[in-house]
Amino acid sequence: MAKDDLLGASLWDAYSNKVTTLMNNPRYQGEITPEEAEAHGNKLIVADFGAESCGDAVRLYWEIDPKTDKIVNARFKSFGCGTAIASSDVMTELCIGKTVQEAVKITNIDVEKALRDDPDTPAVPPQKMHCSVMAYDVIKKAASLYLGVDEESFEDEIIVCECARVSLNTIKEVIKLNDLKTVEEITDYTKAGGFCKSCIKPGGHEDREWYLVDILEQTRKEMDEEKMKKAADAQATGDVPFEEMTLVQQIKAVDAIIDENVRQFLIMDGGDMEIIDIKKSDDYIDIYIRYLGACNGCASSATGTLYAIESTLKEKLSKKIRVLPI
Amino acid sequence: MQVYLDNNATTMCDPQVVEVMQPFFTELYGNPSSLHKFGTATHPYLRKAIDQMYIALNASDDDDIIFTSCATESNNWVLKSVFNDLIVGGDKDHIITTEVEHPSVLSTCRWLEEQGVKVTYLPVNEEGIVEPHVVKSFITNKTALVSVMWASNETGMIFPIKEIGEICKSNGVLFHSDGVQAVGKIPVDLQDVHVDFVSMSAHKFHGPKGIGALYIKNSQALSPLLHGGEQMGHRRSGTLNVPYIVGMGKAIELATTNIEEKMASIRAKRDRLEDALLEMIPDTFVVGNRDNRTPNTILISIRGVEGEGMLWDLNNAQIGASTGSACASEDLEANTVMLAIGADNELAHTGIRLSLSRFTTDEEIDYTIEHFKKAVERLRAISSSFAKVQPTPGGEAGECHIPHHMAH
Repeated sequence: MAKDDLLGASLWDAYSNKVTTLMNNPRYQGEITPEEAEAHGNKLIVADFGAESCGDAVRLYWEIDPKTDKIVNARFKSFGCGTAIASSDVMTELCIGKTVQEAVKITNIDVEKALRDDPDTPAVPPQKMHCSVMAYDVIKKAASLYLGVDEESFEDEIIVCECARVSLNTIKEVIKLNDLKTVEEITDYTKAGGFCKSCIKPGGHEDREWYLVDILEQTRKEMDEEKMKKAADAQATGDVPFEEMTLVQQIKAVDAIIDENVRQFLIMDGGDMEIIDIKKSDDYIDIYIRYLGACNGCASSATGTLYAIESTLKEKLSKKIRVLPI
Repeated sequence: MQVYLDNNATTMCDPQVVEVMQPFFTELYGNPSSLHKFGTATHPYLRKAIDQMYIALNASDDDDIIFTSCATESNNWVLKSVFNDLIVGGDKDHIITTEVEHPSVLSTCRWLEEQGVKVTYLPVNEEGIVEPHVVKSFITNKTALVSVMWASNETGMIFPIKEIGEICKSNGVLFHSDGVQAVGKIPVDLQDVHVDFVSMSAHKFHGPKGIGALYIKNSQALSPLLHGGEQMGHRRSGTLNVPYIVGMGKAIELATTNIEEKMASIRAKRDRLEDALLEMIPDTFVVGNRDNRTPNTILISIRGVEGEGMLWDLNNAQIGASTGSACASEDLEANTVMLAIGADNELAHTGIRLSLSRFTTDEEIDYTIEHFKKAVERLRAISSSFAKVQPTPGGEAGECHIPHHMAH
């Protein structure tokens, strides 16, 4: 909200000239009859998408040359608002001359781009982007009828936001890479959820299989789990700094260093040592030890031996270590 | 020619109203609360405006009619102050309203729900009105207020305010009515009908925008919404908006003098338009018995023609109308009023509202009939609902699985 938002947008002023021109004079509205198609030796495919009770419906007619799979002629009928009519018109135009297999690759993004006056200015305001989605859906329907395959087979990934055609994988990846924490951030990074808003959360314009709020929650959970797992793995391979280890880990690490470098010499002299406790402060990590056997009371235990133990641990584990015999 | 048929949204300010307002900007600009003559010189004009309001509404001298900034303020005032006085400050916890109220009532009620108030949103029947026995069945001893609009902005249907008023009176429940679409359009007699509070707005009856009023029966208690200089008998603070109060007084006088005559004239044009459209355009229907409608309103559904598309074509023909179509709204949600009336969602997508005024001419009606018909013909030629070649087997659309409005 700021100065520019105070008056609210004028919906119709945000339409491109192409949109308004096609709303007023759609070029490809009409029908193709079975007789016409037959006369040309072509196959007619007629597909519906949407319903009047839904608020928008489109019927697409394709006349296809069966030898080449090429769409030689196309027409549409539309119950819908002006942008639905304009989108349908451009979609129909884009189909003509393409093979069915090529036409399936036309997306609502292509339709919207074709409606722009200049390449950098959207053809319709954000909430109207949804009108072009139906143009894309009806193509898939027509192609599935002609090819005798399921509509879903044309979609090789899960599309969460149909308006901006953003896939589940993309959204998850962007959340992870950029450490996104809110739906608004997802919209800023991917445009998903920035148009008809249905995919943000349940209860919007239409029901969706995936919602951004759920994807965000699930992905954040995955990220947390990955983080924990990574920490555990790192500990196992000794990659975790001594300062960040748990107490158990630290005791194990100190013991391992003592075993490897110190204990054998103590035992040779008839002594030994054990770790009593480790206490952490901001500046130091104090390791409390107790000498056993011959070491107990040995003069060197407070000087040379102690120095050797401490410098070994400092070198191998952390400069913050102080060894304190008790 | 350009034709304005969106008078339920707002109206042209009557030039006579503008004229009486003029002196109060540059000549009689004093603050009415001041002691000097600059201020007091406005008093006779304010008194006159107040008289005009009381006469127009047949209010008793024991009642209050308080000028506000708009009906949204009046509606907020009643709901929030009843909440404050009887729910926070009393033992009530319940408010009854309808599904089809203006957003200034519905949004305020939703906010009150967040504050812990129980709110019942009554459904409407297929005519778009709430039936009195329905209101009665939801009143409990915890009900603080019933708020039901006097007439619908979308359908023009007039609600049984007199009956609901009696029910509220006999149950000891306060009754508020948003009278925005009734005052100035149909007779509103506040001594004949029992209503505790009535909201109204001048720009709906050819007065200026930015001025409204709240009628309060018997000057009963209602804590103020705005605190400040205690103008309007300590009931509504804010420097009196002298030119607009004078304008509202004049506007309500012009609208209600010989109101039966004015209604008959508007109704004749409305009925002619309605009959012509229904007769000339097949597959159309109009919501609500027109004998029980404000005389200026038509809500017509045109099969196969989406509302925003229709508005677009009408606009191209210089005709201003309105739709509840989801596609024409910022949030893509269909108009809740039209959904509440039902008609298989169809009305919500194909409904066009035409609302006349006393300034609408016969020529404008003729012009509208001609261009309305043209627009329907063009859009039906494009519409899939009227396509002849049917889908390839398997290519039919499934059932509508989009619950456009289920969230509400």
